[in-house]
Amino acid sequence: MSTTHEITAGFMPLFDSAVLVATGEMGFAAREGIELKLQRETSWANIRDRIAIGHFDVAHMLGPMPLACSLGLTPLASDTIVPFSLGLGGNCITVSNAVWDGMVANGAIPDLDPARAGAALGALIRERSAAGREPLRFAVVHPHSGHNYELRYWLAACGIDPDRDIEIVIVPPPFMADALAAGRIDGYCVGEPWNSAAVAAGTGRIVTVKALLWRNSPEKVIGARKAWAEENPEALAALLRALHHSARWCQDPVNRGELAALMARPAFLGQPEAIQMPALTGRLQLGGGVERSVEDFFLPFDKAANFPWKSHALWFYTQMVRWGQLPHTPQNLAIARDCYRPDLYRSALKPLGVALPGANAKVEGALKVATPVGSAGASLVLGPDGFFDGQIFDPDQIDAYIASQISA
Amino acid sequence: MSAGSLTILVIDENSIRASIIEAGLRDAGHRHVTVIHDVAGIARRIAEIEPDVIVIDLENPNRDMLENMFQLSRAVKRPIAMFVDRSDQASIEAAVDAGVSAYVVDGLKKERIKPILDMAISRFNAFSRMARELEEARSELENRKVIDRAKGILMKSRGLSEEAAYTLLRKTAMNQNRKIAEIAQSLVTAAGLLGPLEGE
Repeated sequence: MSTTHEITAGFMPLFDSAVLVATGEMGFAAREGIELKLQRETSWANIRDRIAIGHFDVAHMLGPMPLACSLGLTPLASDTIVPFSLGLGGNCITVSNAVWDGMVANGAIPDLDPARAGAALGALIRERSAAGREPLRFAVVHPHSGHNYELRYWLAACGIDPDRDIEIVIVPPPFMADALAAGRIDGYCVGEPWNSAAVAAGTGRIVTVKALLWRNSPEKVIGARKAWAEENPEALAALLRALHHSARWCQDPVNRGELAALMARPAFLGQPEAIQMPALTGRLQLGGGVERSVEDFFLPFDKAANFPWKSHALWFYTQMVRWGQLPHTPQNLAIARDCYRPDLYRSALKPLGVALPGANAKVEGALKVATPVGSAGASLVLGPDGFFDGQIFDPDQIDAYIASQISA
Repeated sequence: MSAGSLTILVIDENSIRASIIEAGLRDAGHRHVTVIHDVAGIARRIAEIEPDVIVIDLENPNRDMLENMFQLSRAVKRPIAMFVDRSDQASIEAAVDAGVSAYVVDGLKKERIKPILDMAISRFNAFSRMARELEEARSELENRKVIDRAKGILMKSRGLSEEAAYTLLRKTAMNQNRKIAEIAQSLVTAAGLLGPLEGE
């Protein structure tokens, strides 16, 4: 097919840009008549700026980032929509060896159980506070990130106040392991391979993972400049189909080696293939010679991983409110509700005859087991999608959810 | 108020570019200019310096950290915002194209910041041009070296004069629609593979 659309896409050198990178590099874009120009960036702020001034049409983004842009929480904010999710899961929480030793003394064992690890961390924090020591410092990649919200969710559910009991700072992902080794931070929440990197260096322990905090939860997305998407509906639909085929390819275990080799190139992730395998297989080295397999650790395609659920966007919104980034108003809620666009995803993929969720939102945490759902044509399995503390997020009961978290 | 009364912090890991910016600011009459190459301990430095304007290069991967710190940190007594004027799309684009961004203390007048941003943009562009020219000069030198070696190989193996050797390289390059340096490099590589033609 000859090129009919030219699309420029920004991305950060993280493993979860894989679906976008493979879309361009494995021929999926070309097959849809797209010339996809991939441009590597050095910060989320750069991605935001280049989307805003039109250097990029679309970009690999943190799930909450298009919300933050549309809600005006960032400088150079511009209306950004989410027509596609780049996968579910993929993050871990890693602590220094010293913090891990302190957690073990308070009952932690290397089983990744969020509740047990959180209880041990809470006990360690109280111990340190009683001894008059400095609060622990944790790092996340961005204030408007799944990492920030899941770290805070975990801590709060374990009785730790993320604003009072610890300090949270921002560190770029590739610097996390070094900052931990140098003692500048005591722990962090980041995507792979930056957790396995600290374990490999012998300077950190993985204590829990996103897939256990909130099973099959949203992470990176494709953010598109709203004005571009509205002016180029055919280019966008073609891109979504190319991304869909790429995501299916990335999920297939047969392609793991080729995908890791692609991402290992300096123009993309630029990290050795071996260190990408934990993200691809879910088999994690936790440190100290302990290995654990995590089901649904990172899903680039399965379980409707690419569907931009409005309930995912709305959960991010509730956490922005919870942590004081934004007031809960009907106007803000409406902006958050309109940001993720399952309608665009559905209309682009409809001609392919693939299984599509019939609803735009779901009650998060309601599926306790993997559940086949009725959809047009082929079969589709969703979930489980539970939070580790058993809570449920019903997007139709958003006021009650926000109220319960603020009073908690 | 004179230009010199603003306190300006330049954060740039590239020390040459940073000194070009610094010189530009000083030429423009700014006396309170601090340059930082390494962001370690930046919160403390900002608390000490209390900058009115912060200039950051866009390649710096710590931009997310810095933006968050400007908004939240106790070290920053006055809120600092990105210098964005919605009415002036052209200068935002020029800044991003040049690879620089500026952050200013809230409430500072646009007229006072604009010349600083403009200066930073032009100096960033000048630096990029310089780096590009330097790179071109470097590769030109490399090319000349490899062409000289290829000529040497041809002169030795085919008994040609230097001029004839160069003519042969140029003709081959033209026929194959490639650069002389590429043909020369192929020849040098092939000669290396085929044996000690150069007395190595």
